[in-house]
Formats: sequence, C-alpha cells, structure tokens
Amino acid sequence: MALKIKINGKSQVLEKAMTLFDLIKAKGLNQNRIAIEYNQNIIDKDSLSGILIKENDSIEIVNFIGGGR
Amino acid sequence: MNENLSFYSLYSKYKNLDFSTYFKKVNDDEIINSFNKRSLNPDNLLALLSVKAENYIETMAQKAKDLSLQHFGRAILLYTPLYLSNYCINECLYCGFNSKVKFKRKKLSLEEVEKEATFIAKTGLQHILILTGESEQITPLSYIKECIQLLKKYFTSISIEIFPLKTNEYKELVALGVDGLTIYQEVYDEKIYSQVHLKGPKKDYAHRLDTAQRAGDAKMRTINIGALLGLGDWRKEAFFMLLHAKYLQDLYPEIEISVSLPRLRPQVKNFKAISKVSDKNIVQIITAARIFLPRLGITLSTRENSSLRDNLLPLGITKISAGSTTAVGGHINSKEKDVQFEIADQRDVATIRRMLLAKGYQPVLKDWVGV
Amino acid sequence: MKDSLTLAGKEINNRLFIGTGKFPSKEILKKVLAQAQSEVVTVALRRIDLESKEDNILDFIPKNCQILTNTSGARTAKEAIRIARLAKACGCGDWIKLEVISDNKYLLPDNLETIEATKVLASEGFKIFAYMSPDLSVAKKLIQVKATAIMPLGSPIGSKRGVKTKELVKILIKEIDAPIIVDAGIGYPSEAAECMELGCSAVLVNTAIATAKDPVEMAVSFDLAVKAGRLACRNVNQETSEFAKASSPLTGFLRDE
Repeated sequence: MALKIKINGKSQVLEKAMTLFDLIKAKGLNQNRIAIEYNQNIIDKDSLSGILIKENDSIEIVNFIGGGR
Repeated sequence: MNENLSFYSLYSKYKNLDFSTYFKKVNDDEIINSFNKRSLNPDNLLALLSVKAENYIETMAQKAKDLSLQHFGRAILLYTPLYLSNYCINECLYCGFNSKVKFKRKKLSLEEVEKEATFIAKTGLQHILILTGESEQITPLSYIKECIQLLKKYFTSISIEIFPLKTNEYKELVALGVDGLTIYQEVYDEKIYSQVHLKGPKKDYAHRLDTAQRAGDAKMRTINIGALLGLGDWRKEAFFMLLHAKYLQDLYPEIEISVSLPRLRPQVKNFKAISKVSDKNIVQIITAARIFLPRLGITLSTRENSSLRDNLLPLGITKISAGSTTAVGGHINSKEKDVQFEIADQRDVATIRRMLLAKGYQPVLKDWVGV
Repeated sequence: MKDSLTLAGKEINNRLFIGTGKFPSKEILKKVLAQAQSEVVTVALRRIDLESKEDNILDFIPKNCQILTNTSGARTAKEAIRIARLAKACGCGDWIKLEVISDNKYLLPDNLETIEATKVLASEGFKIFAYMSPDLSVAKKLIQVKATAIMPLGSPIGSKRGVKTKELVKILIKEIDAPIIVDAGIGYPSEAAECMELGCSAVLVNTAIATAKDPVEMAVSFDLAVKAGRLACRNVNQETSEFAKASSPLTGFLRDE
C-alpha cells in the first residue's frame, strides 16, 4: 500500500510502510550530520527506528551548508 | 528593587582590598594612562586617588576643567537648604542633631515653613533642599508631604534630605513634585559605620546603602550621594563613593547622579575626625571624580570657606549652595544657634551671584520647570 | 604572549571568525581555515537536496573549530528558534549566531525579534551571539536575557563598506559588559584592525575573504590585521600626556599644609 507524504515540502510517495530510520537509510543520508523534523517536532535520532511513517506525514531534513556574512 | 541588584555586591568585591598596599604599588605610567583613557575602570580611579597622583595634581586639574567645560559649560546651579526639623532618634557621633545631644528641639509649623519659603524665594532661588532629622513620630511622611505641597507654590525644584524611605513612598513624593534625593552613606567603611552610628534605624548599613536605588526605582530625577570625609580613610571613601555613583549612572542612565564631598565640620564636642582631609585632598577627589565620570554632578556646600569654594569651581563643580543655614528656621532668624554643623561661607545669594558672574559663570537659579 | 577570549566557557585564541558562505569551492575554504588557523566558523542550515549528492560542509572544517550556526533565513523570532533547535539536533553544539532579518532590501536585522528569540533560546541553554543593528538599549536588553555576545553590524551584510557604525559600536564597547564582535560590512583588513583597536573582542568576516582574488592570501591578511589591532588595543593608552599645556595654574592656591 503506497503512502503519500511530504519531504522538505515536496510530495513523495512511499511504496511500502517504513520507519524514519529506514527512510534516512534509503536516501543514503548520514544521520550524524542531519536533523529531522517530523510533523513539526524535532526527532531525537535514537528514536528514528521506532517511528513508523504514516499517510500525510510531513518530514523536514536539514544539514549544514556554508554561510556566514 | 531591581532584580535584587545591590551596590553592596560591588562594594564587597573591593572591601577587603588592602588599599594602602595597592596605592603604594601604583606607578607613574598607570596614573598618566588613567587620565588619557577614553573610558576609565575602577583600577584607573584608584590610580587617580593614589598618593603618587598628587604629583600630577595640576595636570589632573587641567583635564578636569576641560571635561567640565565640555560637559557642563559655564553654568552653576544654586540651591539652599531649608531645615524643617531637628528631632532625631539616631545616635550619630559626628552630628549636631544626635539624639543624645541636649538642646531644645524644634520643628517648623506650616506657617513657619511658609515664612522661610517667602524669605528664600525673595532671593530668587528656585531650587531648595529640605532637611529633617529622623523621627517618624514627630516628622512623619504626612508632615513632609504637607510641607512639599506648600513649598511647590514657591519653588520649581524640591529635593529632600530626610530619613530613608521605601520605594513606594518615594513614588508618592515624586508624584507630589519632589525631583531630587540627597542621601549620604556618610562612611562606606562598614566597620567605621557601625562605630559612629550607635543607635537608631540609621544603624542599618545595607538599608541606607540601597536608599539611592529605591529612589531610582521610583524615578527620582536627580540623586545626590556622598561620604562625610574625615570619618574614614578619605582615599578609600572617595573610591567607594565614586564607584557607587558609577553604579547608579549605569543602572539609571536617565537619572542625574551627583556627589557631595562634605568635610567633617566642628559641630560636636569631643568628636575628632578619624582622617584629616586637606584642601589638596579635596582637589584630588574632585578632579579624579570628573575624570572618572565626566557627566557626574558635583555639589559643593557652604561647609567650605569662600576662597576655597571659588578656587574649586572650575575643577568640576556643578552645584553650590548659597545663603545657607543649618538651623531650623535659620533663614528668618539668623541668630538660631542649634545648627547641624557650622557653615564657613556666609555669603548671601546676591554676593554669590556676583562672584559667579565675575568669574565668567552663569548662576542658574532655575534649570527646569515641571509640566 | 597569550591573550585568549573566553566565550561560553571556551577559550578562543584566534579572534578572526570566518563565515563559510560564498567561497569558490569547499577545497578553498578548507585551505583558508587551515592557513588562518580559525577557531570559530559560521555555517548555515538548509533543507537537504535529496536529488543531488553534495559534499557536506563539515568535512571541510577542522574538527577543533567551534561551529557557530547562523540562523540566516529567519524572518521572525519563531523561525529563528526553530532553526536553532534544528541546528542543535544536527549535533554540532549549541552556539548560535542569531540573525533575524525581515528586511530584504538592506538585510538589516530586526532587533526586537532578536531580543525575543534570545530570551527563549538562552533559557534553553543556547549560547547566543546576537547579530544586531548597534543600539545601546537593545544591547542591554540582550544581555539581560542572557546573550553570550553582541554582534553589531559594521554596515549592511555583504556591502564591504566598512565600519560605518563606528561611533555606535564604540558606545557598545564602553557600556556593555560582554564581548562585542563586529559582524558584516568589513571589507578590508584595515577595517578589521580598526575594530580590534577600538576594543572589539573579535570580528567576523566572510564576503571579503570568500570573494577575494585569492581567498587564502586574503584570510592570512585578515588574520594579521586582527592580531595587529588587538595588540594595539592592549597598548594604545601607553602614550604620554597631551595635557602638559601651559596655562594659568588651577591649583596654585594650594599651599603646603
């Protein structure tokens, strides 16, 4: 059963149910370098594998870039 | 009070400093640096108050004069004290109103207050400082308020030098039109403080120390603090007084902070000054004060003689008293002999005005109008 | 001679802070940071682009550098708070260069929102470096709500116009009992030196280094200028008196007693 969700503001379809941990792995991201906001809440990275993604969930994934002034 | 801040914590930082050893270590470079800096820290102030800085007294005077002209121009505010009562429950060894001293006490009736006011107003003065001893029973706040309401008809500015009040009481007086508070710590050295204040509410050092701040919280427009020079080591006392002034300036940028440098005058038999304060010492304190805090008000009373007062003017004095008496009812009856302390400059207001004009200063009798 | 700056309990020995934006490449940034021996560098936070694989900026910043995350992009206190919390969740500490800008024309900071955000974040333990338009009462309020340092702008971001706010910055240095770090507007090493001479605790430079012909050489130049200015500041008062002027003595009336 496919799930419609939003990642960084863009609609995406997940082909199967998965946890946040599975998603990060599938996207090839290093979890030590990012922060994840799941439905507006910042998620402790230790609990990623316990969160099962649901229909209409909104996920923000951020990392650092060059910046300063 | 403001988030439990108190000058006491700053005082505590320095109270155990061995001042005489510190002053001995001050070198010439530190003194020269101190009067060349844009912004001075407490160490710089100590350098300016050191024994060695006496070698630079003329240089300090020149610098103080320049700063005074830059910040105040050539205007000197005139005021006169008006004693309402000499009843007092405190036992302060150096004071003529000490409750132990036997003399016939006096408190002005409202009619007498009005007579004094009429007399003073005729001289043209618009700034007065009202004084009492401390006696909530005989001169309660309600009496002070009645006097203020009466005096408002005659004067544009009323300052008070009465017993310490609470913040809300100061607020009430500010609402009535009081714009200035004068409160001397007398002596910043806690030990000496307890030795010379034997009895009465004034014995509470910390309460007195925070009085200026309570008035500041009540939005008093001007606050004048002071140390009675002679009670403790004057270099140390001047240091703490100026540190206190800076503390208040920083805490209340909107309030005009002034200091007084009263020297102990003969008034009580058998009480000898603990430290001697020479004219040169007074010059050093005034110039150090001006250099440390360029916009600080400096008040000079008639405790000092006329020639010294005239000579001190250019060094940074911003406010002087004129036609003074320290006796209750003394403006009308100049023979009143029960004084708080003896005055040395007996000149009347007109004479002081002429002196100021001759020296190129503008005597200011009224520097603002409340609306 | 050691002359370190302590920020949030951490000892910093290099007073040139470098911003990591606008560099021609991350490799050049890496060289710049190595050559200038930077200890505090700013980074920004962005949504990951899941389509294109990019090198992570953190791989180009030496491990011993303190990361100072810029909340750039925040238009309100609320947005800045969100960015700061996300930055902390990334695992690079809790030092935040708080920047709230609602004005896209001049990129001037919103001082009121900055105070609001500082209040919330500092109470959560963040170390707040508040970017602001130099204003004494705002700086005082920022310190009251526990900002770690005040970062007044020299001139608008990226403008390289120098320290146009000098008189106001001087007042902050004199009145505020916390590090003052000029941020934005510094275009030339001489201007960085001037800030340090005035008594700033550090300066933050990005555009002037990143857009130089040779960013590495420019970074070295800034490093030297900051050190020169700092040394001057520590010694500027050693000059002799200018007050030995002849005029009628003011203390002639004093006689030996």
